[in-house]
Amino acid sequence: MSKEWPLWEVFIRGQHGMSHRHVGSLHAPDAEMAIKNARDVYTRRNEGVSIWVVEAKHIAASSPSEKGPLYEPSESKVYRHPTFFDIPDDVGAM
Amino acid sequence: MYAQMVKSTGKGVKSREEMTEEERHFQDRVDADEKIEPKDWMPEGYRKTLIRQIAQHAHSEVVGQLPEGNWITRAPTLERKAILLAKVQDEAGHGLYLYCAAETLGISRDELTEKLLDGSMKYSSIFNYPTLNWADIGAVGWLVDGAAIMNQVPLQRTSYGPYSRAMIRICKEESFHQRQGYDIMMKMAKGTPEQKRMAQDAMNRFWYPALMMFGPSDKDSVHSAQSMAWKIKINTNDELRQKFVDQTVPQAEYLGLTIPDPDLKWNEETGHYDFSEPDWSEFYEVLKGNGPCNTERLEARRKAWDDGAWVRDGLMAHAEKRAARRTAAE
Repeated sequence: MSKEWPLWEVFIRGQHGMSHRHVGSLHAPDAEMAIKNARDVYTRRNEGVSIWVVEAKHIAASSPSEKGPLYEPSESKVYRHPTFFDIPDDVGAM
Repeated sequence: MYAQMVKSTGKGVKSREEMTEEERHFQDRVDADEKIEPKDWMPEGYRKTLIRQIAQHAHSEVVGQLPEGNWITRAPTLERKAILLAKVQDEAGHGLYLYCAAETLGISRDELTEKLLDGSMKYSSIFNYPTLNWADIGAVGWLVDGAAIMNQVPLQRTSYGPYSRAMIRICKEESFHQRQGYDIMMKMAKGTPEQKRMAQDAMNRFWYPALMMFGPSDKDSVHSAQSMAWKIKINTNDELRQKFVDQTVPQAEYLGLTIPDPDLKWNEETGHYDFSEPDWSEFYEVLKGNGPCNTERLEARRKAWDDGAWVRDGLMAHAEKRAARRTAAE
């Protein structure tokens, strides 16, 4: 079997000044072809104005088993949300 | 439905007592409608069944391009040709979304392709029927894509994250496919007597193969029970088939076409149409490789794979050469 084309992850910016979002992946020999393929596969219906591709092997990901240590500490810090503080109505919008 | 008779573990659904701690935790997450993601722990049977199901679905999208591609060069107008081209291109995209979803389960796309070409993985029986006249393109969009949608809409809620996201993308595009098919049928059915005959002929040939797409009754199947517990199958084959018939009959009536089933009738009591089962021996023959176009379809896929090998290798060699040059220059 010949060598398989590497896997690329595709990120697209939608039309409305949003950030790039992951939309899926595809195979391509290099970055240039990955962008061309991404255009054909993921923007056939005006879904985007900009494409990023990154080879999947370069993405580092957190592990699901670390969920607790990573995200639980923020649960007890409710004061980080503005609704934690009671502001009298008389003060007006804040 | 593009995945038919997907085998699961074959052992039936485990009771909570039989499950390991990990399996219980996994089942709880599925029951709570949490999505399972590629790096999460999953039972080996879940992983294997999903690979089989998603791959069969992906292969169907890709092989499904062949009967329609047959008419691209002979579409009656430039507009119809552009539309059909866009639809066939969508099918390639659908195949790709699904291959990528399968790949997150630890199998490569080339491996999946080779399993299709050596016959160890299947694609939907429907694509082994020929498209003989232009109205067949209408019937394929209306009936075949219509039957596929029946299955794909609930699968958007499947437990496996990448599969669910692929189905959401696919469903968005699939509605265009069905409507363009029905649009062709409206033109033909309201056209000259000859065109109407072609439309009826297409309906006659595609009705039962479309009903077969849902697979035989699986209400007692251990494979289906396990897949449903894991939420990689949402409805039984019979439920979806009934839904499809109920939806399609009024659409056929609007076209003035006759469904080729003398026993088809509205049942006041059940609130559904009664209809005749397709000939299941024909279905099993087609699955075994004895349908009208099985050989032709696989040959076309093998030829595309073999003829494309030098392009795949050439582009890879070019990319490697350029990467080496860049490294040398740094």
